[in-house]
Amino acid sequence: MTRADAFGLLLAFIARLITGAQGHWKGCPPKAEQRIYFANHQSHLDWVLIWAALPRELRATTRPIAARDYWTSSPFKHWITREVFHAVYVSRQRTDDQDPLEPLIDALKSGDSLVIFPEGTRSNKGLPQPFKSGLFNLAEQFPQVQLIPAWIDNVQRVMPKGEVVPVPILCTVTFGAPVMRAEGEDKRSFLERARKAVVALQPGATPKAATA
Amino acid sequence: MIAWLQSLGADQQVQLLFVILFGLLLLVSAGAALQGLRERSGLQEDGRQRFERELRATWIGAVVFWAAWISGPGGATILFGVISFLALREYITLLKTGRGDHRSLLLAFFAVLPMQYLLMANRNFDSFSVFIPVYVFLAIPVVSALAGDPQRFLERNAKIQWGIMVCVYGLSHAPALVLLDFPQSKGRGAFLLFFLVMVVAVAKMAQTVASRRLRRRPVARHIDRSFSYRAWALGTLAAALLGAALCWITPFEAGQAMAMAAIAAAAGTLGEFVMSALKKDAGVRYWGNTSSVTGAVGLLDRVAPLCFAAPVFFHSVRWYFQLKP
Repeated sequence: MTRADAFGLLLAFIARLITGAQGHWKGCPPKAEQRIYFANHQSHLDWVLIWAALPRELRATTRPIAARDYWTSSPFKHWITREVFHAVYVSRQRTDDQDPLEPLIDALKSGDSLVIFPEGTRSNKGLPQPFKSGLFNLAEQFPQVQLIPAWIDNVQRVMPKGEVVPVPILCTVTFGAPVMRAEGEDKRSFLERARKAVVALQPGATPKAATA
Repeated sequence: MIAWLQSLGADQQVQLLFVILFGLLLLVSAGAALQGLRERSGLQEDGRQRFERELRATWIGAVVFWAAWISGPGGATILFGVISFLALREYITLLKTGRGDHRSLLLAFFAVLPMQYLLMANRNFDSFSVFIPVYVFLAIPVVSALAGDPQRFLERNAKIQWGIMVCVYGLSHAPALVLLDFPQSKGRGAFLLFFLVMVVAVAKMAQTVASRRLRRRPVARHIDRSFSYRAWALGTLAAALLGAALCWITPFEAGQAMAMAAIAAAAGTLGEFVMSALKKDAGVRYWGNTSSVTGAVGLLDRVAPLCFAAPVFFHSVRWYFQLKP
């Protein structure tokens, strides 16, 4: 076992000790298929939580997206994203000649699964903000990859904005049924449907609340 | 028989106790497995599943106590510290705390809890008894006030104080029993803990059976549909009788054992009653409610009677026998 693997196990253990990090597989089983998990984004811990909720054998092939400028700025940040999480780095500055999704496309072409937060930023309003279009573009280019919605619950209580130490409170990650892009569906309605699929997984959500 | 038992050393007696306990559990499990082969209706199936869940919990409990004893005072401290941590985590999850409570919760989890168990492990029983009710009682609201959120201040603090009292203060008295030294019986604290757990468990079972048989009008139907004074008294009585029967494993005389068992059992069952009021308030039917926010496993449900019974029992014993640490 390498140092990175051991560190990963330790991190997953701490995440489970603090938050429980329970994965509830409601719409699909945890399987080694190529997938894009997309979830609501409320806290810095979201990625670690999804990662810890995955079975161990899926963790190595499921990769997060990391902003290159921030996550390569110190040797430790670079090491942890590169060696432990196998992150896909993207640049936040747009250059004209490069598609910002290109690193993601490369990762998907090589057969890895991704976790993305399509809101683009953290929100603490409860319900997720409208989704950015990246999810739609990936769905269009990789129709064979399953799109799995996920709802991360309670994590904003573990570490509210501005705090650095997490409080032990149980969190769950609920994985739903795959969302398929319908034939000829346009971007807006697909993204709205995907967002509703995430919201519907909220524990205790009634079908009515999910459509609101 | 008794003479042979008394000829054994304290360690051997504890070992014998665990052999008997695990033997009984094995018998019950084997019986349940045989029963499981038969076909049954849906209702029976429900009952069987509940029974199997209880049996599993009993197994886990027995293994925990065995591990606590085998690993000595240090191990028992860590083990119960972890259970305290998990119980408090479950409690806080279900009692919706706000953003302003963040620092108070950090204090509770990462300072108060380890400190209480350290005091216990060092046998500082005097400071162990007052640390939370006196010092933490002040510290929590101070930290909370410093966070600067006046909304529902009393309510939020009360929730946290209560959680600490039950999950940390109460539960830490259970392993403290192991460390309590009676002059005439050194190293037999494990028996006291076993005694406490047994009488509380039997009181709970007897109370459940009695309330089912008697069908009395519940005292407070909105809190617990099965709680009646008579059932509660019968549960306590059953525990007292068991306590008298078990007096040979404790430092007590038969009468003393009976009284101590009654006190512990009454505290445990009343504590459970209080817990169900709290659960109703928080909107959960039992702590392991999977449809609510959490993946809570219902640990709090299991340890709640012990959380209330342990401090009452501990301090009664300590006061009555004038034990000095």
